[in-house]
Amino acid sequence: MALSSTSTGSGLAPGPVRAVRRRKNPGTMLGLGTALIYLSLIVLIPLAAVVWKSTGQGPGFFWKAVTTPDAWASLQLTIGASVVVALVNLVMGTVIAWVLVRDRFPGKAVVDSLIDLPFALPTIVAGLVLLALYGSDSPLGVNLAYTRAGVLVALLFVTLPFVVRTVQPVLLELDRDMEQAAASLGAAPWTVFRRIILPNLLPAMVSGTALAFTRSIAEFGSTVLISGNLPFKTQVAAVQIFGQIENDNAVGAAAVSTVLLVVALAVLFALDLIQRWGARRG
Amino acid sequence: MGIEVRGINKSFGATPVLRDVSVDVASGSLTALLGPSGGGKSTLLRVIAGLEQPDTGTVVISGTDATRLSPQRRNVGFVFQHYAAFKHMTVFDNVAFGLQIRKRPKDEIRRRVGELLELVHLDQFHKRYPAQLSGGQRQRMALARALAVEPEVLLLDEPFGALDAQVRKELRAWLRRLHDEVHVTTVFVTHDQEEAIEVADTIVVLAGGEVKQTGSPHEVYDNPADPFVMRFLGPVTEIDGQLVRPHDIELSTTPEPGTTPAVIDRVVRLGFEVRIEMRLRDGSDHEAWAQVTRGIVESLQLEPGGTVHVRPSPAARSLAVT
Repeated sequence: MALSSTSTGSGLAPGPVRAVRRRKNPGTMLGLGTALIYLSLIVLIPLAAVVWKSTGQGPGFFWKAVTTPDAWASLQLTIGASVVVALVNLVMGTVIAWVLVRDRFPGKAVVDSLIDLPFALPTIVAGLVLLALYGSDSPLGVNLAYTRAGVLVALLFVTLPFVVRTVQPVLLELDRDMEQAAASLGAAPWTVFRRIILPNLLPAMVSGTALAFTRSIAEFGSTVLISGNLPFKTQVAAVQIFGQIENDNAVGAAAVSTVLLVVALAVLFALDLIQRWGARRG
Repeated sequence: MGIEVRGINKSFGATPVLRDVSVDVASGSLTALLGPSGGGKSTLLRVIAGLEQPDTGTVVISGTDATRLSPQRRNVGFVFQHYAAFKHMTVFDNVAFGLQIRKRPKDEIRRRVGELLELVHLDQFHKRYPAQLSGGQRQRMALARALAVEPEVLLLDEPFGALDAQVRKELRAWLRRLHDEVHVTTVFVTHDQEEAIEVADTIVVLAGGEVKQTGSPHEVYDNPADPFVMRFLGPVTEIDGQLVRPHDIELSTTPEPGTTPAVIDRVVRLGFEVRIEMRLRDGSDHEAWAQVTRGIVESLQLEPGGTVHVRPSPAARSLAVT
């Protein structure tokens, strides 16, 4: 593009070399415009509306809405449970990805496709299944209905695929020669894992964990049945927001939503920073 | 003896890759494992390094039976075709890795890595990451990394295979000089006979999982054990039922004792040397070719369509075609 613009330029005004300016291709402009309008309609405007709604009556009102005892308890539970869920996913997701890539066992293909089930299943169905399994009539004799443990199990179920699916491709692409080189330089298997494999997986592990966390703080369908939505005990933020709307407290709902939004954005920005840092190191 | 390999057999599934392979590598030597791809040379190198376990046989490194030792305990340096650079570490940390594993003092590590980077001409690049290096630089880094732990033996698996022709030639000459400086027992795998002849002081020809011949470059070139080795080590042509090197053919315009008449098809001038492509008139109509100098072409006035009389020169080593 830059080339063609200089050639037309020199055709009109021969003489001093004109600065080569990178002019945007019309196709690029169209694509960029479409993407921006779409993003605005689908993401930015609704988000802005939520923030505007929650703060429209002043910061004092916003703060009051967020810190009502049941809103505050639901936020604490949601964020706390999501941190636990993200950390469990970090470890277990990596282990599962490892097993799927490095080990051979019968039924591996089935297990591999099962990982995506929580993505494919409507979350309310997941909630129903969990209630049937771990509810008061549990065939396993484990009753988690109306407990925080039940909330955790539901969140673990729906966020399982994130870390697995981010780590798996990286592990598949990992150069096995690196591990053999490290071994021939005298590194024991654990040292090879810690110094060679883990640093190469870390960016994927972190990004999968962050995605699991942001998904977890927004979860509604899978928790709504098993948690029983007991305020101060098992009510998660998304369900609390739903309750506020039902009680015609739109501002309170928007305020709690805004907190979730800010937390999610902060995590995504942090993730982006970490990935840039990783990319800089090649 | 640097490395003694005895009676190694190795199969992948039902496919035998090495059959009763025995090789001696003198300490301080630079040995090439040469052969066509799929001949078992890389597998043999990996068996020596402990990256593969042989089905039977033993590997002795510097007098110690290493057959059952894990790679990490063999004290071998291994250089991979595709560098196997630790891409999350700087050049310095790559080279320092083996020393850090051995918990050497920091000062010593810094000094030793500095020396090695100087040796491989990468001293200005110590802060870079492998992704910021060219292929040749990465391979030199991998070499410094392998040398850092002062290995008993240095093993290189097609070390220049992934590099372009120009860099490959430079690194070959450089490896030879490096070996003359460092004197570590070195074995490298190659399928390029020119590379083996130029760099190595001993060549082991491996094909079909068996050792075909072992010797100095000129031994295997001039006295090949069988037609396969002769063909693999350099150009050959066939005259009178004999395999001959094309530069070992005498041409004359008149019949001489032992000559075969031939009609010239083409005269290809490649700078100083000239290729004479011809068809033998001994009833077989076989194609053959000779490599001669421009002087001979001019003095004999060789032209397409002309007749010459050819025979292997008396000093030439020839083998009956089997």
